[in-house]
Amino acid sequence: MSAITLSTSQGKFKIPHYPIDMVGIEERAASFTKRSIKNSSKLEALYLAIEMTDLTTLEGADTVGRVKSLCAKAISPVSAEYLPLLEKKALPAIPHVGAVCVYPAMVKTAAKCLQGTGIHLASVATSFPSGQLDLSMRLKEVRKCVADGADEIDMVISRGQFLQGNYQVVFDEIRAVKEACGETAHLKVILETGELKTYDKVRLASWMAMEAGADFIKTSTGKVQPAATLPVTLVMLQAIWDFYQETGKKIGMKPAGGIRTAKQAIQYLVMVNEVLGEDWLTPDLFRFGASTLLNDILRQIFKQATGQYFYQDIFSLD
Amino acid sequence: MSKKMEARSLARKGKALSPPIKSSSVKKTKAKTSVPTKKTRDQKRTRAFTQYAPAPESSKVVTLKEKYDHYINGEFVAPSSKTYMDSINPATGKVLAKVAVGNQKDVDLAVAAARAAYNNVWSKMPASERSKYLFRIARILQERAREFAVLESMDGGKPIKESRDVDIPLAAQHFFYYAGWADKLEFAFPGKKLRPLGVCGQIIPWNFPLLMAAWKLAPALATGNTVVLKPAEQTSLTALLLCEVLEEAGLPPGVVNIVTGAGATGDALVKHPDVNKIAFTGSTDIGKLIARNVANSTKKLTLELGGKSANIVFEDAALDQAVEGVINGIYFNQGHVCCAGSRLLVEECIHDVFIKKLKKRMETLRVGDPLDKNTDVGAINSKEQWLKIKELIEIGKKEGGDFYEVSTDAPTQGYFQKPCLFTGVSNSHTIARTEIFGPVLTVLTFRTPDEAILKANDTPYGLAAGIWSEKGSKIHKVASSLRAGVIWANTYNKFDAASPFGGMKESGHGREGGLQGLFPYLEIE
Repeated sequence: MSAITLSTSQGKFKIPHYPIDMVGIEERAASFTKRSIKNSSKLEALYLAIEMTDLTTLEGADTVGRVKSLCAKAISPVSAEYLPLLEKKALPAIPHVGAVCVYPAMVKTAAKCLQGTGIHLASVATSFPSGQLDLSMRLKEVRKCVADGADEIDMVISRGQFLQGNYQVVFDEIRAVKEACGETAHLKVILETGELKTYDKVRLASWMAMEAGADFIKTSTGKVQPAATLPVTLVMLQAIWDFYQETGKKIGMKPAGGIRTAKQAIQYLVMVNEVLGEDWLTPDLFRFGASTLLNDILRQIFKQATGQYFYQDIFSLD
Repeated sequence: MSKKMEARSLARKGKALSPPIKSSSVKKTKAKTSVPTKKTRDQKRTRAFTQYAPAPESSKVVTLKEKYDHYINGEFVAPSSKTYMDSINPATGKVLAKVAVGNQKDVDLAVAAARAAYNNVWSKMPASERSKYLFRIARILQERAREFAVLESMDGGKPIKESRDVDIPLAAQHFFYYAGWADKLEFAFPGKKLRPLGVCGQIIPWNFPLLMAAWKLAPALATGNTVVLKPAEQTSLTALLLCEVLEEAGLPPGVVNIVTGAGATGDALVKHPDVNKIAFTGSTDIGKLIARNVANSTKKLTLELGGKSANIVFEDAALDQAVEGVINGIYFNQGHVCCAGSRLLVEECIHDVFIKKLKKRMETLRVGDPLDKNTDVGAINSKEQWLKIKELIEIGKKEGGDFYEVSTDAPTQGYFQKPCLFTGVSNSHTIARTEIFGPVLTVLTFRTPDEAILKANDTPYGLAAGIWSEKGSKIHKVASSLRAGVIWANTYNKFDAASPFGGMKESGHGREGGLQGLFPYLEIE
């Protein structure tokens, strides 16, 4: 790979090649898993992870009922009858999640459920997950989602175009989607790192997305394996740091897919803390795209509070 | 925490999403205003999470004796002088245990035991039997790994993370590796007649106490020699714990003898007429002294000495990974590493951006209790070394280097030195030439590959070097011109039992590890 040149109406600019050493980045990523997070630190991380969760359902079989039930879970992740257990230990109540993430057809339903809760509503859009659709129709989809009440749009980039080397096309598309998001909606750009394969390409795609106006960059759709991994997230976090150094803009990060346990979530938070610092430890700048993660976090919180593990059925599935 | 959480959730509810960046202004805002535009909605505060609550490894797995004797002929033997020295925990400055001080009589006894074991048992034993003992030692080491790791960290001040993940596993690996060679030596040297040397005197340093013992013992035993080992006076405890492992493995008495003590004990071993070989790892000054003492004898000698190794970062390197390599190169084990990448040579055109990244990364290093699992930089091994590092830092400042030390906290008791570096240094400065053996990095710059090679080689030492570039041809060209025994490309401080290690010039001679590590312990005809 070498430097690439992109143009906007303001003129041309270059994205320099920034090589990533595969062995080195994987070693560094693994080092974060060696941190031992205990007691008060662990508890705070768990609460934070709930606030950072984009509770997600992206199935062909999604129904109004399923989405309603997911929204209910997002609002109160745990049944009220267990909250006194936390109070007894002077722990705060379980917060609501950061956002609910659904398909465009479900936005209206979810918007109704989440009204006034402070929970954000994210919709995947742009012909998720493949993105293989005419741009004008993808933009129309984005506008519809925003009109229906989504305040976060999770778009996919055209991996086909990217792998062909048509970087300008990909760049222009992201800019167009950003514009379609308007003033109200945040844009998360899904790189689908599992299809880009090399860390060098992930770095380039991250940078392009940020230049094009992404508010967040996101690893995966969850439909392609591997989805989020620690090393790929690390590449993106380092890109975010460098972009911040150059522009002063703080871009958010969302690993999605494959994060199922509280232990994993804490490893990600350790990484964010040590690469980007405390400023990024907020749902405004970091999210987890996950569904089963939430219940494992709840189990761990109640374990910390009561000293014993609750059996799975205590926590509703959604 | 509850108050904080409340504040957070209020802030979130009342917040508006940050104003979208107008796509047309993307390029314009890319001016050099690299200060954060605004604080996050929440007031800036330190989260408990980022402090990482203490996570100490329990020291209960270790049973310390009040005092430790020599291990001679399979028994613990009190020193004939009846004197003991203190072994100090450098993280607290307190005495951990008392360790015997060896004199000429003790060394005589140990050498005689080794000679008898060599003549009567070890040299006569089939090689396949020898290898069984080594395998056993390796396995028992693995089983008791936690105990060894904790003791190593208590005695030497190194972070438990390193003793647990590096020192002890590698020590076991060395025994496994040479166990495999013991009965295959004729394949290592086809067509040659091989003979062990006899009794080997081995003197090891305080920076990797157990690992250095393993590096010395495993090849010596595999090739059929017997040993008298003298650990460093600061860190004798894991070598003495290893005696329990040798017993458990059923190693015949006298094959390995351990005599503790300081310089005088080592001197007695070096000068002993019935020792056939001396293997020494330590400082260059002592190495030279040993070479002089051995000169007028038939003893064989290998020396693993100091270094001032260059870590060369080219502009086309993967920068974030190079930063990791530099960190690992100099702050691993508090910089108490003979091959530490203590001279950073960075290409001038990336100097500023690289140093900025490096400093930011340094700030995340956690200095503290060696037994805490989150500690990255532990205690300086001894008061003496601690004072030496402080003195060299002062000299560096006086000579005009720009000093930078991380702002993180370090314990106030015990011997701690925060990670630091000097920029604006030239090759004639003391801190660019003298081995500091601490967490102090010296940064130099270069303009071309030729200049990098010139500067890297401009040192009396020649132990190791690192090259960071994504361009393979450049790596090969530079590597072939460096006068160093070990050269790493796009990594640093990577050790493996199968890979030979050793120096050139004043960094010593002879190799340890790998097939080459067998040479110094064999008579090859």
